[in-house]
Amino acid sequence: MTIGLGHYLTVAAILFTIGIFGIFLNRKNVIIILMSIELILLAVNLNLVAFSAFLGDLVGQVYALLVLTVAAAEAAIGLAILVAYYRNRGSIAVEDINLMKG
Amino acid sequence: MIFPALFFYLFAGVCIAAAVMVIAARNPVHSVLFLILAFVNAAALFILLGAEFLAMILIIVYVGAVLVLFLFVVMMLDVDFAQLRQGFMQYLPIGAFLGGILLIELVLVLVTWTIGPDVQRTIATPTPPIASMFNAEALGHVLYTRYVYFFQAAGVVLLVAMIGAIVLTLRHKPHVKRQNIADQIARTKATAIDIVKVRPGQGL
Repeated sequence: MTIGLGHYLTVAAILFTIGIFGIFLNRKNVIIILMSIELILLAVNLNLVAFSAFLGDLVGQVYALLVLTVAAAEAAIGLAILVAYYRNRGSIAVEDINLMKG
Repeated sequence: MIFPALFFYLFAGVCIAAAVMVIAARNPVHSVLFLILAFVNAAALFILLGAEFLAMILIIVYVGAVLVLFLFVVMMLDVDFAQLRQGFMQYLPIGAFLGGILLIELVLVLVTWTIGPDVQRTIATPTPPIASMFNAEALGHVLYTRYVYFFQAAGVVLLVAMIGAIVLTLRHKPHVKRQNIADQIARTKATAIDIVKVRPGQGL
């Protein structure tokens, strides 16, 4: 019983699907949506690292590092927007976030 | 060798179970804690794949910084989370439907897909054998030479994120007195002293 590329890709696919599912399931809670996005990016990273390992190419890990950086920046900015929004409105319900409609 | 397979199934199973609990937990604090569990197990999967450096970065950057930030925000916001969970069951069918379609598509891609015959010739930077250098060292050799612009771009992304987060959350309270050094230095005798002639018996 040897673990091949397909096993890792399957785990990544399941994680990706759980992330998408989480966005639909918790449509009112922005924090859970942000966490679902983190799960999706983790699945992408797992794909990159799995291909990097099984093809013997180091570039996949460089890209995974870049994706990690962007995910961290996205989480920081998203949470900052969330805190600023909560200060203004006293709520984080997604349905209320339509201030930009004018 | 049974142990690598055993550990793979252990880490992958815990990772997926924790991911399910992230989106299904009732309390957002529990969601964050399950997300930490999922990331730690993903880091273990990275180690199984031979990417030790990324595994350590995942634990340090994600578990150490980003998820603690999530925890901080969840605990700081005083939100009625039970109210936010209304409609959970209402969105379950459409979410399950779309998620199922996506999973079927991904599995169909997986079972019908093979590596091309000439992939081995087009590898950009081959991984050096583990006997000659470790993963972190090999990654450093590549990252600081051929991909140094990517590295710098990542740094710029982090800088912009840092400035943006500070700009978004900084607020000036109107009634807080702060020291203004420029004003203090610019004081002269004329602006600082006010001479008042006080007549006897009248006071100010």
